[in-house]
Amino acid sequence: MTLKVTDLCIARGGIPVLTGVNFTLAPGAALILRGPNGSGKTTLLRTLAGLQPPLGGRIEAPPESLVYAGHADGIKQVLSVAENLTFWARVFGRRDIDAALAAFELAPLADRAAGTLSAGQKRRLGLARLLVTGRPVWLLDEPTVSLDAHATALFAAAVRAHLAEGGSALIATHIDLGLAEAAALDVAPLRARAPAPDDFDGVFA
Amino acid sequence: MIAMLGRDLALGVRAGGGFGLGLAFFLIVVTLVPFGVGPHPDLLARIGPGMLWLGALLACLLSLDRIFALDWEDGSLDLLATAPLPMEGVVSMKALAHWITTGLPLVAAAPALGVLMNLPAPAYLPLTLTLLLGTPALSVIGTFGAALTVGIKRGGLLLSLLVLPLYVPTLIYGAEAARRGAAAQAYGTPLMMLAGITCGAIALLPFASAAVLRVNLR
Repeated sequence: MTLKVTDLCIARGGIPVLTGVNFTLAPGAALILRGPNGSGKTTLLRTLAGLQPPLGGRIEAPPESLVYAGHADGIKQVLSVAENLTFWARVFGRRDIDAALAAFELAPLADRAAGTLSAGQKRRLGLARLLVTGRPVWLLDEPTVSLDAHATALFAAAVRAHLAEGGSALIATHIDLGLAEAAALDVAPLRARAPAPDDFDGVFA
Repeated sequence: MIAMLGRDLALGVRAGGGFGLGLAFFLIVVTLVPFGVGPHPDLLARIGPGMLWLGALLACLLSLDRIFALDWEDGSLDLLATAPLPMEGVVSMKALAHWITTGLPLVAAAPALGVLMNLPAPAYLPLTLTLLLGTPALSVIGTFGAALTVGIKRGGLLLSLLVLPLYVPTLIYGAEAARRGAAAQAYGTPLMMLAGITCGAIALLPFASAAVLRVNLR
Protein backbone atom coordinates (compact mmCIF):
# COMPACT_ATOMS: atom_id res chain seq x y z
CA MET A 1 0.00 0.00 0.00
CA THR A 2 2.89 2.33 -0.76
CA LEU A 3 2.17 5.64 -2.45
CA LYS A 4 5.12 6.58 -4.61
CA VAL A 5 5.34 9.91 -6.39
CA THR A 6 8.09 10.48 -8.96
CA ASP A 7 8.93 13.82 -10.62
CA LEU A 8 5.36 14.96 -10.37
CA CYS A 9 4.47 18.26 -12.01
CA ILE A 10 1.05 19.69 -11.22
CA ALA A 11 -0.93 22.63 -12.55
CA ARG A 12 -3.87 24.70 -11.45
CA GLY A 13 -5.93 26.30 -14.18
CA GLY A 14 -3.30 25.34 -16.76
CA ILE A 15 -0.48 27.14 -14.90
CA PRO A 16 2.24 24.91 -13.41
CA VAL A 17 2.30 25.21 -9.63
CA LEU A 18 4.73 22.60 -8.37
CA THR A 19 7.38 20.64 -10.20
CA GLY A 20 9.73 17.83 -9.27
CA VAL A 21 7.67 16.48 -6.39
CA ASN A 22 9.20 13.23 -5.13
CA PHE A 23 8.23 11.26 -2.09
CA THR A 24 7.36 7.77 -0.94
CA LEU A 25 4.68 7.14 1.63
CA ALA A 26 5.14 3.69 3.13
CA PRO A 27 2.53 1.86 5.24
CA GLY A 28 2.57 3.16 8.79
CA ALA A 29 4.11 6.48 7.81
CA ALA A 30 2.69 9.99 7.82
CA LEU A 31 3.90 12.91 5.78
CA ILE A 32 3.05 16.50 6.62
CA LEU A 33 2.83 18.90 3.68
CA ARG A 34 3.95 22.37 4.56
CA GLY A 35 4.09 25.58 2.60
CA PRO A 36 2.61 29.07 2.58
CA ASN A 37 -0.92 29.78 1.31
CA GLY A 38 -1.22 29.31 -2.42
CA SER A 39 1.88 27.16 -2.68
CA GLY A 40 -0.01 24.23 -4.20
CA LYS A 41 -0.73 21.89 -1.30
CA THR A 42 -4.41 21.52 -2.17
CA THR A 43 -3.64 21.10 -5.87
CA LEU A 44 -1.12 18.38 -5.03
CA LEU A 45 -3.66 16.52 -2.90
CA ARG A 46 -6.39 16.86 -5.54
CA THR A 47 -4.02 15.58 -8.22
CA LEU A 48 -3.09 12.59 -6.08
CA ALA A 49 -6.78 11.91 -5.46
CA GLY A 50 -7.33 11.79 -9.22
CA LEU A 51 -9.55 14.86 -9.43
CA GLN A 52 -7.21 16.51 -11.90
CA PRO A 53 -4.55 15.14 -14.23
CA PRO A 54 -0.87 15.86 -13.54
CA LEU A 55 1.23 17.72 -16.11
CA GLY A 56 4.00 15.17 -15.82
CA GLY A 57 5.58 12.58 -13.60
CA ARG A 58 4.15 9.44 -12.11
CA ILE A 59 1.85 8.58 -9.23
CA GLU A 60 2.04 4.95 -8.21
CA ALA A 61 -0.57 3.72 -5.79
CA PRO A 62 -2.48 0.47 -5.49
CA PRO A 63 -5.97 0.84 -6.98
CA GLU A 64 -8.76 1.90 -4.63
CA SER A 65 -6.38 2.73 -1.81
CA LEU A 66 -6.74 6.50 -1.53
CA VAL A 67 -9.36 8.55 0.22
CA TYR A 68 -9.45 12.32 -0.01
CA ALA A 69 -10.85 14.84 2.46
CA GLY A 70 -10.91 18.42 1.25
CA HIS A 71 -11.89 21.77 2.70
CA ALA A 72 -15.57 20.91 2.41
CA ASP A 73 -16.83 17.94 4.38
CA GLY A 74 -19.54 16.73 2.00
CA ILE A 75 -22.13 16.73 4.78
CA LYS A 76 -25.83 16.86 3.98
CA GLN A 77 -27.52 19.25 6.39
CA VAL A 78 -30.92 17.55 6.47
CA LEU A 79 -29.56 14.06 7.09
CA SER A 80 -28.58 12.99 10.60
CA VAL A 81 -24.98 12.35 11.61
CA ALA A 82 -25.52 8.59 11.46
CA GLU A 83 -27.25 8.81 8.07
CA ASN A 84 -24.40 10.84 6.63
CA LEU A 85 -21.83 8.32 7.81
CA THR A 86 -23.90 5.33 6.78
CA PHE A 87 -24.21 6.73 3.27
CA TRP A 88 -20.44 7.07 2.89
CA ALA A 89 -19.87 3.65 4.44
CA ARG A 90 -22.23 2.10 1.88
CA VAL A 91 -20.62 3.99 -1.01
CA PHE A 92 -17.34 2.38 0.01
CA GLY A 93 -19.03 -1.01 0.40
CA ARG A 94 -18.97 -1.15 4.20
CA ARG A 95 -21.52 -1.08 6.99
CA ASP A 96 -20.06 -0.37 10.40
CA ILE A 97 -20.04 3.25 11.59
CA ASP A 98 -19.89 2.75 15.36
CA ALA A 99 -16.09 2.77 15.55
CA ALA A 100 -15.95 6.01 13.59
CA LEU A 101 -18.62 7.63 15.80
CA ALA A 102 -16.70 6.61 18.90
CA ALA A 103 -13.31 7.74 17.61
CA PHE A 104 -14.54 11.31 17.14
CA GLU A 105 -16.95 11.31 20.12
CA LEU A 106 -19.95 11.71 17.83
CA ALA A 107 -22.08 8.93 19.34
CA PRO A 108 -24.18 11.34 21.48
CA LEU A 109 -24.87 13.39 18.33
CA ALA A 110 -25.69 10.44 16.07
CA ASP A 111 -29.37 11.30 15.66
CA ARG A 112 -28.96 15.05 15.33
CA ALA A 113 -29.46 16.63 11.91
CA ALA A 114 -26.03 17.55 10.60
CA GLY A 115 -27.24 21.07 9.86
CA THR A 116 -27.58 21.77 13.59
CA LEU A 117 -23.97 20.88 14.39
CA SER A 118 -21.29 23.45 15.14
CA ALA A 119 -18.45 24.00 12.69
CA GLY A 120 -16.06 21.89 14.76
CA GLN A 121 -18.59 19.07 15.13
CA LYS A 122 -19.16 19.08 11.36
CA ARG A 123 -15.44 18.83 10.85
CA ARG A 124 -15.32 15.86 13.20
CA LEU A 125 -18.10 14.24 11.17
CA GLY A 126 -16.12 14.91 7.99
CA LEU A 127 -13.06 13.25 9.51
CA ALA A 128 -15.09 10.32 10.83
CA ARG A 129 -15.94 9.63 7.17
CA LEU A 130 -12.30 8.63 6.64
CA LEU A 131 -12.64 5.83 9.16
CA VAL A 132 -15.77 4.35 7.59
CA THR A 133 -14.19 4.19 4.12
CA GLY A 134 -11.59 1.64 5.23
CA ARG A 135 -9.10 3.02 2.71
CA PRO A 136 -5.44 2.77 3.77
CA VAL A 137 -4.01 6.02 2.37
CA TRP A 138 -5.53 9.25 3.68
CA LEU A 139 -5.07 12.51 1.78
CA LEU A 140 -6.08 15.29 4.15
CA ASP A 141 -6.34 18.97 3.34
CA GLU A 142 -6.21 21.17 6.45
CA PRO A 143 -8.03 18.58 8.57
CA THR A 144 -7.87 20.57 11.81
CA VAL A 145 -9.62 23.74 10.63
CA SER A 146 -12.18 24.81 13.27
CA LEU A 147 -11.25 21.96 15.63
CA ASP A 148 -10.55 22.83 19.28
CA ALA A 149 -7.53 21.48 21.17
CA HIS A 150 -9.39 18.41 22.43
CA ALA A 151 -10.75 17.52 18.98
CA THR A 152 -7.31 18.05 17.45
CA ALA A 153 -5.97 15.54 19.96
CA LEU A 154 -8.78 13.13 18.98
CA PHE A 155 -7.78 13.56 15.36
CA ALA A 156 -4.11 12.94 16.13
CA ALA A 157 -5.09 9.81 18.04
CA ALA A 158 -7.18 8.63 15.08
CA VAL A 159 -4.28 9.19 12.70
CA ARG A 160 -1.92 7.37 15.05
CA ALA A 161 -4.31 4.40 15.31
CA HIS A 162 -4.63 4.39 11.52
CA LEU A 163 -0.84 4.33 11.13
CA ALA A 164 -0.54 1.54 13.67
CA GLU A 165 -2.89 -0.56 11.53
CA GLY A 166 -0.59 -0.16 8.56
CA GLY A 167 -2.34 2.84 7.01
CA SER A 168 -0.64 6.01 5.95
CA ALA A 169 -1.56 9.68 5.76
CA LEU A 170 -0.53 12.71 3.75
CA ILE A 171 -1.63 15.81 5.63
CA ALA A 172 -1.49 19.43 4.53
CA THR A 173 -1.56 21.58 7.63
CA HIS A 174 -0.16 24.73 9.20
CA ILE A 175 -0.35 23.67 12.83
CA ASP A 176 1.59 21.16 14.89
CA LEU A 177 -0.51 18.01 15.18
CA GLY A 178 1.74 16.44 17.80
CA LEU A 179 2.65 13.64 15.40
CA ALA A 180 6.34 13.52 16.24
CA GLU A 181 6.92 10.48 14.02
CA ALA A 182 5.65 12.20 10.89
CA ALA A 183 8.08 13.38 8.24
CA ALA A 184 7.59 16.79 6.69
CA LEU A 185 7.70 17.93 3.07
CA ASP A 186 8.01 21.64 2.42
CA VAL A 187 6.55 22.39 -1.01
CA ALA A 188 7.73 26.03 -1.14
CA PRO A 189 11.10 25.22 -2.82
CA LEU A 190 9.33 23.10 -5.46
CA ARG A 191 7.39 26.05 -6.88
CA ALA A 192 7.24 25.84 -10.67
CA ARG A 193 8.71 28.72 -12.66
CA ALA A 194 5.93 30.72 -14.25
CA PRO A 195 6.16 30.72 -18.06
CA ALA A 196 7.60 33.90 -19.54
CA PRO A 197 4.67 36.21 -20.24
CA ASP A 198 5.76 37.31 -23.73
CA ASP A 199 6.90 33.95 -25.01
CA PHE A 200 4.41 33.78 -27.88
CA ASP A 201 5.90 30.72 -29.60
CA GLY A 202 6.42 28.95 -26.29
CA VAL A 203 2.70 29.00 -25.64
CA PHE A 204 2.14 26.79 -28.67
CA ALA A 205 5.12 24.55 -28.08
CA MET B 1 -25.39 2.82 -6.04
CA ILE B 2 -28.57 1.96 -4.16
CA ALA B 3 -27.22 4.04 -1.27
CA MET B 4 -26.79 6.94 -3.68
CA LEU B 5 -30.38 6.66 -4.90
CA GLY B 6 -31.68 6.31 -1.35
CA ARG B 7 -29.78 9.36 -0.19
CA ASP B 8 -30.97 11.51 -3.09
CA LEU B 9 -34.58 10.45 -2.57
CA ALA B 10 -34.30 11.21 1.16
CA LEU B 11 -32.77 14.60 0.39
CA GLY B 12 -35.49 15.26 -2.16
CA VAL B 13 -38.42 14.70 0.16
CA ARG B 14 -36.98 16.31 3.30
CA ALA B 15 -37.14 19.99 4.14
CA GLY B 16 -35.78 22.17 1.37
CA GLY B 17 -35.50 19.25 -1.01
CA GLY B 18 -37.87 20.72 -3.54
CA PHE B 19 -40.12 17.69 -3.78
CA GLY B 20 -43.56 18.89 -4.83
CA LEU B 21 -42.18 22.20 -6.03
CA GLY B 22 -42.23 21.10 -9.65
CA LEU B 23 -45.62 19.49 -9.15
CA ALA B 24 -47.09 22.68 -7.65
CA PHE B 25 -45.62 24.71 -10.51
CA PHE B 26 -47.20 22.31 -13.01
CA LEU B 27 -50.59 22.62 -11.31
CA ILE B 28 -50.43 26.41 -11.33
CA VAL B 29 -49.30 26.73 -14.95
CA VAL B 30 -52.00 24.40 -16.21
CA THR B 31 -54.62 26.13 -14.06
CA LEU B 32 -53.59 29.50 -15.48
CA VAL B 33 -53.97 28.44 -19.11
CA PRO B 34 -57.82 28.48 -19.12
CA PHE B 35 -57.70 31.97 -17.55
CA GLY B 36 -55.34 33.08 -20.29
CA VAL B 37 -57.17 31.72 -23.33
CA GLY B 38 -60.68 32.33 -22.03
CA PRO B 39 -63.71 30.09 -21.58
CA HIS B 40 -63.64 28.11 -24.83
CA PRO B 41 -63.99 24.40 -24.01
CA ASP B 42 -63.33 23.34 -27.61
CA LEU B 43 -60.17 25.40 -27.87
CA LEU B 44 -58.96 24.11 -24.50
CA ALA B 45 -59.55 20.52 -25.52
CA ARG B 46 -57.56 21.13 -28.69
CA ILE B 47 -54.54 22.76 -27.05
CA GLY B 48 -54.81 20.69 -23.86
CA PRO B 49 -52.28 17.92 -24.63
CA GLY B 50 -49.69 20.43 -25.83
CA MET B 51 -50.22 22.67 -22.81
CA LEU B 52 -49.91 19.76 -20.40
CA TRP B 53 -46.70 18.67 -22.10
CA LEU B 54 -45.29 22.20 -22.00
CA GLY B 55 -46.22 22.54 -18.34
CA ALA B 56 -44.54 19.24 -17.48
CA LEU B 57 -41.42 20.27 -19.37
CA LEU B 58 -41.15 23.62 -17.58
CA ALA B 59 -41.84 22.04 -14.20
CA CYS B 60 -39.04 19.57 -14.88
CA LEU B 61 -36.70 22.39 -15.84
CA LEU B 62 -37.38 24.18 -12.56
CA SER B 63 -35.60 21.66 -10.38
CA LEU B 64 -32.70 20.76 -12.68
CA ASP B 65 -30.09 23.11 -11.23
CA ARG B 66 -30.44 21.41 -7.85
CA ILE B 67 -29.25 18.06 -9.20
CA PHE B 68 -25.54 18.84 -8.83
CA ALA B 69 -25.38 22.36 -7.38
CA LEU B 70 -25.98 21.34 -3.76
CA ASP B 71 -23.49 18.46 -3.95
CA TRP B 72 -20.99 20.81 -5.52
CA GLU B 73 -21.38 23.43 -2.80
CA ASP B 74 -20.90 21.12 0.17
CA GLY B 75 -18.03 19.19 -1.43
CA SER B 76 -19.91 15.89 -1.80
CA LEU B 77 -19.30 15.89 -5.53
CA ASP B 78 -15.50 15.91 -5.08
CA LEU B 79 -15.80 13.08 -2.59
CA LEU B 80 -18.14 11.09 -4.85
CA ALA B 81 -15.71 11.55 -7.74
CA THR B 82 -12.96 9.94 -5.64
CA ALA B 83 -15.26 7.20 -4.31
CA PRO B 84 -15.30 3.71 -5.84
CA LEU B 85 -18.61 4.40 -7.63
CA PRO B 86 -18.30 4.96 -11.38
CA MET B 87 -19.21 8.55 -12.26
CA GLU B 88 -21.64 7.26 -14.91
CA GLY B 89 -23.47 5.38 -12.16
CA VAL B 90 -23.60 8.45 -9.97
CA VAL B 91 -25.15 10.62 -12.70
CA SER B 92 -27.59 7.85 -13.67
CA MET B 93 -28.77 7.56 -10.07
CA LYS B 94 -29.05 11.34 -9.84
CA ALA B 95 -31.20 11.38 -12.97
CA LEU B 96 -33.33 8.52 -11.67
CA ALA B 97 -33.83 10.27 -8.32
CA HIS B 98 -34.78 13.46 -10.17
CA TRP B 99 -37.31 11.55 -12.26
CA ILE B 100 -38.86 9.85 -9.23
CA THR B 101 -39.19 13.10 -7.28
CA THR B 102 -40.21 15.31 -10.24
CA GLY B 103 -41.25 13.36 -13.35
CA LEU B 104 -43.32 10.64 -11.74
CA PRO B 105 -45.58 13.03 -9.74
CA LEU B 106 -46.18 14.98 -12.98
CA VAL B 107 -47.27 11.80 -14.74
CA ALA B 108 -49.62 11.02 -11.87
CA ALA B 109 -51.09 14.54 -11.80
CA ALA B 110 -51.54 14.96 -15.55
CA PRO B 111 -54.85 13.04 -15.89
CA ALA B 112 -56.42 15.13 -13.12
CA LEU B 113 -55.36 18.29 -14.89
CA GLY B 114 -56.69 16.91 -18.15
CA VAL B 115 -60.14 17.41 -16.65
CA LEU B 116 -59.39 21.11 -16.26
CA MET B 117 -58.42 21.25 -19.92
CA ASN B 118 -61.66 19.58 -20.96
CA LEU B 119 -59.83 16.68 -22.62
CA PRO B 120 -62.02 14.10 -24.36
CA ALA B 121 -62.18 10.65 -22.78
CA PRO B 122 -59.87 8.81 -25.24
CA ALA B 123 -57.10 11.36 -24.61
CA TYR B 124 -56.21 10.30 -21.08
CA LEU B 125 -54.44 7.03 -21.81
CA PRO B 126 -52.15 8.40 -24.55
CA LEU B 127 -51.41 11.52 -22.49
CA THR B 128 -50.31 9.51 -19.47
CA LEU B 129 -48.40 7.05 -21.65
CA THR B 130 -46.47 9.79 -23.45
CA LEU B 131 -45.58 11.53 -20.20
CA LEU B 132 -44.51 8.25 -18.64
CA LEU B 133 -42.25 7.50 -21.60
CA GLY B 134 -41.07 11.07 -22.14
CA THR B 135 -40.29 12.46 -18.69
CA PRO B 136 -37.30 10.10 -18.11
CA ALA B 137 -35.69 11.69 -21.17
CA LEU B 138 -36.34 15.13 -19.68
CA SER B 139 -34.56 14.12 -16.47
CA VAL B 140 -31.59 12.51 -18.23
CA ILE B 141 -31.09 15.39 -20.66
CA GLY B 142 -31.52 17.82 -17.78
CA THR B 143 -28.87 16.00 -15.76
CA PHE B 144 -26.49 16.47 -18.67
CA GLY B 145 -27.27 20.20 -18.69
CA ALA B 146 -26.80 20.38 -14.92
CA ALA B 147 -23.42 18.65 -15.27
CA LEU B 148 -22.39 21.20 -17.90
CA THR B 149 -23.22 24.17 -15.68
CA VAL B 150 -22.06 22.80 -12.32
CA GLY B 151 -19.88 25.29 -10.48
CA ILE B 152 -21.26 28.31 -12.30
CA LYS B 153 -22.85 30.82 -9.95
CA ARG B 154 -26.45 31.42 -10.94
CA GLY B 155 -26.13 28.88 -13.69
CA GLY B 156 -29.90 28.31 -13.76
CA LEU B 157 -30.59 30.57 -16.73
CA LEU B 158 -27.67 29.21 -18.73
CA LEU B 159 -28.90 25.72 -17.88
CA SER B 160 -32.35 26.55 -19.28
CA LEU B 161 -30.84 27.96 -22.47
CA LEU B 162 -28.74 24.84 -22.94
CA VAL B 163 -31.38 22.31 -22.09
CA LEU B 164 -34.53 23.68 -23.73
CA PRO B 165 -33.32 23.15 -27.34
CA LEU B 166 -32.37 19.60 -26.39
CA TYR B 167 -35.92 19.06 -25.15
CA VAL B 168 -37.40 19.86 -28.57
CA PRO B 169 -37.52 16.31 -30.03
CA THR B 170 -39.07 14.91 -26.86
CA LEU B 171 -41.67 17.67 -26.83
CA ILE B 172 -42.51 17.28 -30.53
CA TYR B 173 -43.12 13.55 -30.39
CA GLY B 174 -44.66 13.56 -26.93
CA ALA B 175 -47.15 16.32 -27.66
CA GLU B 176 -47.88 14.89 -31.12
CA ALA B 177 -48.68 11.44 -29.75
CA ALA B 178 -50.88 12.99 -27.04
CA ARG B 179 -52.64 15.19 -29.62
CA ARG B 180 -53.31 12.28 -31.96
CA GLY B 181 -54.60 10.27 -29.04
CA ALA B 182 -56.96 13.10 -28.11
CA ALA B 183 -58.22 13.26 -31.71
CA ALA B 184 -58.82 9.48 -31.61
CA GLN B 185 -56.18 8.85 -34.29
CA ALA B 186 -53.46 6.20 -34.29
CA TYR B 187 -50.57 7.42 -32.14
CA GLY B 188 -48.25 4.41 -32.28
CA THR B 189 -45.57 5.98 -34.47
CA PRO B 190 -44.86 9.15 -32.45
CA LEU B 191 -45.05 7.08 -29.27
CA MET B 192 -42.38 4.72 -30.62
CA MET B 193 -40.22 7.68 -31.64
CA LEU B 194 -40.61 9.14 -28.16
CA ALA B 195 -39.66 5.84 -26.54
CA GLY B 196 -36.66 5.63 -28.88
CA ILE B 197 -35.47 9.12 -27.90
CA THR B 198 -35.82 8.24 -24.23
CA CYS B 199 -33.92 4.96 -24.62
CA GLY B 200 -31.16 6.68 -26.58
CA ALA B 201 -30.84 9.44 -24.00
CA ILE B 202 -30.72 6.99 -21.10
CA ALA B 203 -28.12 4.86 -22.88
CA LEU B 204 -25.76 7.60 -24.07
CA LEU B 205 -26.07 10.76 -22.00
CA PRO B 206 -24.79 9.41 -18.65
CA PHE B 207 -21.39 8.93 -20.33
CA ALA B 208 -21.42 12.50 -21.59
CA SER B 209 -22.57 13.83 -18.21
CA ALA B 210 -19.86 11.93 -16.37
CA ALA B 211 -17.15 13.14 -18.77
CA VAL B 212 -18.32 16.75 -18.46
CA LEU B 213 -18.47 16.46 -14.68
CA ARG B 214 -14.90 15.16 -14.49
CA VAL B 215 -13.71 18.16 -16.48
CA ASN B 216 -15.74 20.57 -14.37
CA LEU B 217 -14.31 19.20 -11.12
CA ARG B 218 -10.70 19.95 -12.08
